[in-house]
Formats: sequence, C-alpha cells, structure tokens
Amino acid sequence: MLHLKGLIASTVCASLCTVMATGPAAARHTASASDIAVANRIGFGVTPSEIADINEIGLNTWLSEQLHPASDDAGLPPDIAAIIDAMPHLKKSGDDQVAEIASLRKKADDATKAFNAAQQTSAVASTSNTPAPAGGMTLTTVAAPAASPPPSGNQVFNTYRGETLTEIQARRVLREIYGRDQLREQMAWFWFNHFNVLWDKGDTSYRIADYEDRALRPHALGKFRDLLEADLRHPAMLQYLDNVQNASGHINENYAREIMELHSMGVGSGYSQADVEALAHILTGVGYAPVSQTIEVSQAQQALLIRDGDFVFNPAKHDFSDKVFLGHTIKGSGYDEVKQALDLICQNPATARFISTKLARLFVADDPPPSLINAMADRFRSSNGDISEILSVMFHSTEFRQSLKTPLLKDPEHYVISAMRIAYDGRTIMNAKPVVNWISQLGEPVYAHVTPDGYPMTRTFWNGPGQIEQRFEIARNIGYGYNSLFKPDGVTAPIETTMPQLQSVVSQAGIDQTLTPPTRTALAQANSTGEWNTLFLASPDFMGR
Amino acid sequence: MISRRAMLLGGGLSVATLSGLHISGRALAAPDTGTKVMVVFLRGAYDATSIVIPTSSDFYYQSRPTIAIARPDPGNAKAALPLDADWSLHPALSDSLYPLWQAGQLAFVPFAGTDDTSRSHFETQDSIEMGQPLTGARDYKSGFLGRIATALGNHVQPIAFSQDVPIIFRGGDTPVPNLAVNSIGKPAFDQRQQGLIEAMYNTPQAAQIAPLAGVHTGFSVRQQAYTAMQQEMTAASRGAVDATGFSLQAQRIAELMRSGYNLAFLDVGGWDTHVNQGNADGQLAAKITDLGRGLASFVKSSGSDWDHTTVIVISEFGRTFRENGDKGTDHGHGSVYWVMGGSVRGGRIVGPQVKIAADTLFQKRDLPVLTDYRALIGGMIQPLYGFNATTMDTIFAGVKPVNLNLL
Repeated sequence: MLHLKGLIASTVCASLCTVMATGPAAARHTASASDIAVANRIGFGVTPSEIADINEIGLNTWLSEQLHPASDDAGLPPDIAAIIDAMPHLKKSGDDQVAEIASLRKKADDATKAFNAAQQTSAVASTSNTPAPAGGMTLTTVAAPAASPPPSGNQVFNTYRGETLTEIQARRVLREIYGRDQLREQMAWFWFNHFNVLWDKGDTSYRIADYEDRALRPHALGKFRDLLEADLRHPAMLQYLDNVQNASGHINENYAREIMELHSMGVGSGYSQADVEALAHILTGVGYAPVSQTIEVSQAQQALLIRDGDFVFNPAKHDFSDKVFLGHTIKGSGYDEVKQALDLICQNPATARFISTKLARLFVADDPPPSLINAMADRFRSSNGDISEILSVMFHSTEFRQSLKTPLLKDPEHYVISAMRIAYDGRTIMNAKPVVNWISQLGEPVYAHVTPDGYPMTRTFWNGPGQIEQRFEIARNIGYGYNSLFKPDGVTAPIETTMPQLQSVVSQAGIDQTLTPPTRTALAQANSTGEWNTLFLASPDFMGR
Repeated sequence: MISRRAMLLGGGLSVATLSGLHISGRALAAPDTGTKVMVVFLRGAYDATSIVIPTSSDFYYQSRPTIAIARPDPGNAKAALPLDADWSLHPALSDSLYPLWQAGQLAFVPFAGTDDTSRSHFETQDSIEMGQPLTGARDYKSGFLGRIATALGNHVQPIAFSQDVPIIFRGGDTPVPNLAVNSIGKPAFDQRQQGLIEAMYNTPQAAQIAPLAGVHTGFSVRQQAYTAMQQEMTAASRGAVDATGFSLQAQRIAELMRSGYNLAFLDVGGWDTHVNQGNADGQLAAKITDLGRGLASFVKSSGSDWDHTTVIVISEFGRTFRENGDKGTDHGHGSVYWVMGGSVRGGRIVGPQVKIAADTLFQKRDLPVLTDYRALIGGMIQPLYGFNATTMDTIFAGVKPVNLNLL
C-alpha cells in the first residue's frame, strides 16, 4: 500500500512528521514512511496499532521482537484466544476425531438401515389386501414419523468434516488478523504453503490444527532442519504425500520426490532420479497410526520401532539395504537413515539457495536479486539453516530497502487479511466465515490447494482481469459493510454496524500521506464513507505490500 | 453447415501453409479467430457406462443387475436410445444431446482416458490437467490449455468458467480471466465508480500491481456476463426453454463466448456415484439431464458460432464395470469422452474398441484405455490450429497425436 515515491519529497515527510509529533501519544520515535512500508511487508498488513508500537520502540527493536517473539503463544488478544479455545472440534485430537466420526457414521448407517427396513415392512403391510393385523397400528406409527429418512452416514460424515474445516479456517484467519507476532504468522502461512497439504484428502482435515501447532509454528522462525523433520514426522504430510503407504516391496516415491523437488533442494538442482528412489527406500516404514493401536514387530526389531504420538517408524516395513544418496553411502540401520538423509539434504547448497529464493520472493521481489540470494544462502550455511538469521540478513539488506519502492502484489489471502486488519484494528469480529469465503472467492481457498506445490506467490497468478475485478467487489463488501462479520451464526441481524471508518483511521495513522497522487485524487471524489472505504481498498496502493 | 476444413480451404490456406507460419517456435494460429474450443471436465469421474451404454453386451446386463438401462425399445421411454449396433445413449438425453447426435454433431470416444492408474480423483484430475508424462519431474504450474494458449500467442482469448484459474490453464503467457458463472449478480460498480477505479490504475507504478487494460477487461467481462444473463431472462419470458441450474449457466457461457473468447474451460462436478446411482431414473439420470440440457442450451445460444466451435467433454476416469454392493460404482479406469461441435464429424462412435467381456476388462474390473486423452486432443487441435510437431511437443511432450478425423 505504501508507495514511497511521493514520500521521499521532503515536504511530504515534513507534514507526516508534523502529524505524528502532534499526535496524542508523545512517541519517542516517529515511524517513517519506510518504517511503515517495512511493517506492511513483514506481516499481513500494517495497522494503526502497529505504527503506534513502532513509534513507541523504534523500528529496529520492533523488528527484533518480530524475529524473536517473546512467547510461543499466538500473541492473540484474550477475546480472540477465547473464541479459538471454545471451538469444539479443535479441543479433540486428530485420533479422537477420526474415531468419533467413524462411530457417528456407523450409527447413522445403522439408523438408515433400520429406517429402510421399516419402510419395506410398512410398504408390504400397506399393499397387502388382507385386513391389517392387530400389529397394523404399530406398523403405521412406526412408518409415519419416518417419512423423512434419517441423515445418511455420508451426510453425517460430511457435516462433521465441514465443521472441522470451518474451525481450522476460522482459527487461521483470526490468528492472521489479530496475532501480535505478525512475522511468525507470515512464516506460519509461508511454511504451510511450502509444505502444503490438502484438507480434503483422507483424514487430513482432523490433522491440520495439530500440523500447524506442532510441526510448523514452533519451527517457523527456527532451524530449517528441525522444521523439515517435524514435517516428516507429522501424519498430515505422511498421509497427503502417501508415505504412510511406502513400504519395502511396495515403494511409493511420492513424498521422497516432493521433499527434494518442492521442500528442500528444488527441481533441477542436481539430484537424480536415483537419489529420489534411494530416498524413497530410506523412507520406507515412516508412517503414522493412532496412539492406541498396537504395532506388531518381531522381537529382534523391537528396539528399532519408534513411536512418538501418532508418528511411527515401523522397522517391519523398512528396507534395510544400504543406499547411495546424494553421493553418500547410507548404511541400512532404520530411522537413523532418515536423519542422515535429512542432514545431507540440509547441508546441500541447493537447499540453502532454494529456501533463500523462496523467502526472498515472499519478502523482496517476484524475481529477487542474485546478490541477495547469495547473502542469504551464505547465512543459511553459516547458521545451520537458522530461519530468523536468514530473514535478518534479508531485512537489513540494501536490496530489501530498495525493494520497498516496488510493492509486491498481495495474494488473495494477504489482500483480504490486510483489509480486515486495517478496517477492524482493535475490534473483534463475530464471524470469520465472510473472511474465509472472500479468500476462497479470490481463488486461494484456505487448506484447499490440491497439489503439493502450494499456491504460487508471483503476481501474474493473481492479477488476471477476473481476479482483480473480484477484489474490487470484495473491497465494496467490506467498504460498505455488506457482510456478516458482526452477525454470528444463528442471529438474524448484525449486532454491530460493520462499516469501517477508513478515512479517519488512515489519516490518523499517517498512512494517507503514503498514497500515490492518482489514488488521492480518486479518494477526494468519494461521495460517502462507504465509497471512500471501497476506493481505498480497491486502490493499487492497497493491493500492494 | 460449413466444415472447418472447407473454411480453411475456402480462405486459400491449407493446413500445410498454416503450419509453416512459425516464429521462434510459436505457431501462429489460423487467421480465422472464430475457431473456439471448450474443454468440459466432469469432476468426480462420471459413470460413462451408464451414459454411453454397451447395450449389445450381455455381460453388461450381468454385471449391473440393478443399475443397467434397458436395451433400445421404441415402446419404452426408459429404454436406451440407439447409437449404433453396439452402443446406446441414456434416455435422459433424448431431448438434448440425442438430436445433436442425429444431426451428426456429436461423437463419442469410448475406451478413452489416461495412463494414470492411481484411481485417485485428485491425482488423476491433476495429471490430466497438467497433461505431462507421469514419470519424471512434473511442473504443477503448467497445464495443457495454458500451453495451447501460449502456442496460439496473441490470437487467443482464454477464459475459465470456474471459481479459480484451474491447473489446466496454468502457465500460459496470456492471463486467464476466470468467472464463476453460477453467481453473477448486478455489477457492483456504476460507470462513475469504474472511472474512479480505472483512474487509480492509470500509472506505470500501478501497472505493476495490475495493468489498466486488465482492470478495464475485468469490468467489461463482468458487464458482459450480466448482460448475457439479462438477455436470457428476456428470452425466457418469450417462451424459451426453462433454464435452470446448469442450463442457465451454459447459456451465460455461450453468450460470453460469443463476445470473443475462443479457448474455454468449464468445470462440472458431482459425478462420484458410489451409492444408489440409479438407472433410467435417479441420481445420475438427474445429473445427466441437467448436463445434457445445459450443453443443448449452449449450442442454441452459440448461434452461428456453433459452426466453428468444438466442445470436448472429459472426466478423470471411468467407473467399475460391475456395480458395487451399494447399487453404485467405484473408481475405475477407461471412460467415454465426447466431442461435439457444428463442424464435428459426429453421429459416430470413434476410436479403437474392444469387445467388452470379463477377460477384456482392465485389471479384471474396469474398461481399458485404448485412446489416450493427449493423443485424442492433440489429434484434434493439431489440424484445427495448424500446429507443427515441434509446437505439439511443447503441448503434449512425447505424445504422438492420433487424428481420428473428428474435424
């Protein structure tokens, strides 16, 4: 949103500084336009409260806090945390949900069978020419209320799964809108997309909440090697890319290939088909099973069995032959082979480059400068793949500073979330469904990218004519308050007015000074609050980050 | 009806001349930009055996005790409609696609599909849309319609009638607008507001975010879609066919195609009939009625454009030849693809066939695949667009197009 071009002019800066200095909070610092641009790029869209924080502590301290969040929680305001804590499905583990829906489904199927049987009996009774026997009344009373069949097992299953999806989607957007540690939210988003799984595959929908909380978020700013292994040990990934079926004698290469192609080294980075096959053999036996399930292995292999929550390394399914992977011989030994393989992958220069490039694409440019990639890849190697170190090198680079003049295009999720952040800064929405639906309408449905490559990050995928027009319509739905953000499910009318007051928000936070002249000209012609809001959210300034 | 071939020849251009027009690997499309192609994807794997029915096969009736459809019988409205000595059409298509077959504008390609045998909806839909070899590295960001669009260069006006830009259209040089035709209300912005928004995008900086031309196109596509819908409503009030559901969407699509789009993709979901799929009536019959009427209204609304429009209907795989214990069918392999168009040499069952019997089923359960989707589609678009072998290889690498003389 924040073009710097107009801002560099000293008169503009002077007026911005005046606004800030005379503001009610006597800040020790004054967020410059470029400070605002940095905050806007690092998270899901700058808010007045973030600008106030930067005024309070200065950009460097703020940035350092973002790189090293004080606590492991999501940094949510208590009312938002309470909403998430109250979500009924998310209180249960993935295993428990899988077991519960299986039992509900069976009950529904039984009820359907009983209903069908009763219908048939009653049909026989009613077509019979003989007078109704004494039991006739009973048959009629049984059949009458059963005019509409009970929900089928499939319906019950779909409802249950749909509820889980609604909860995880709501949790994700609430964290992104209200999370204090925006860089961590950004990275959680990035890593999910990097290690994409699809909610709709098998029982993945029940595993995603745990996937984010246990595999991705704890390592989002940590060591890439830890992240990769945590990901490898999670049921969501093992199911999505079929490694749960990968066993000695029944090789499934899917996950092995995508680890190398999409998760670490990158396609065409020098590994061979033989490396993919070797990794597939190394990964045999890596799977998951419910904690309550017994896994039979021979006495001799007992010591090689690994169980860690749902995660299982099953030596009975493992190929114990020696493998040659990335030019190194890995002795057949069990799960230790996986660790050695991950070490080799993470030490490979291709991984440093591939991950650095993707990070730079998220934060700097669609086509990031090679000098920056080199610097980041160097830090990747010297820091043992420490993600916050790599990001720190990037944020403090001249290439990053330079890039602030050329905004990145927000992808749909960033666009919608940033609109929510600026429109409802400090105000709790009552229904997250419109947010989730808008992201979906823009073609980036949450948890629904089918293929393992994740959503594309470069602008040409998101700025097609139909796509941009759809954004304008969503801008209008937010701008005029045509939505149910303050209408919880089951309530007939919104509880609070929904229309944001962006003009005053934008001017009080000093954001108006960052707008390009054509946008300011258009905004000056707005003839209502709704129209001002809409034009602001539809402007190219706000589409960028 | 003028065939596509006749038009080319009449214009003084032969296929050979056309395929000579290449600049740095990119084929120039036929100068006649009226040529239109739409791919319809029946997601969920439709039960081809219930729609294009092997009614000469006793094995079919043995394999499907409750869901089979009766052999052609003029006295029975629930009986299949004869196509040739071996095949018949689902009776629910009697007033929609059967007339098109009789007019010689609809052909069926049985035993069609892919070499992907995962029987997974996701994997097979993806692999078909990508249209790449199954082995080796795959580029998820490249779909075969996207590559066709690239090969057509600036002659192409692509559009996806779907919620998002599907894999099949990824990776082309031309941005592909997408439009979910089931949810077109009144345009959100009036002329003044559109003017204000466009003014904001009228700078080189803003073009980095979205080019002004695209912003303008976005508004006009939206307006066209709405106008098309208004026209349908007017037409409907004059006694046109009752357009509900897919039928209505198909009319909108035809109207939009008439406004200039020439390479389109349409998603139609909901074909995964594992349970109680029905026979002449029921779940699948209702679905196919809707699809048939939709395609018929697409044909009608296309007007004279239909003469140079080709619609290809595909699905990820067929379903098990035998019905399952729930009076439905499970994930199978070979399917039946449809090719329709004003210039299509239809009224024929096309491509290699095999007698359907227990010992000819693929893996003892499914129809085999004898015509690969890439060979089929490649064999149609190569002569249609005058692509040479090099260009074809950029679209379907390593696949030899099979020309079934459909066009």
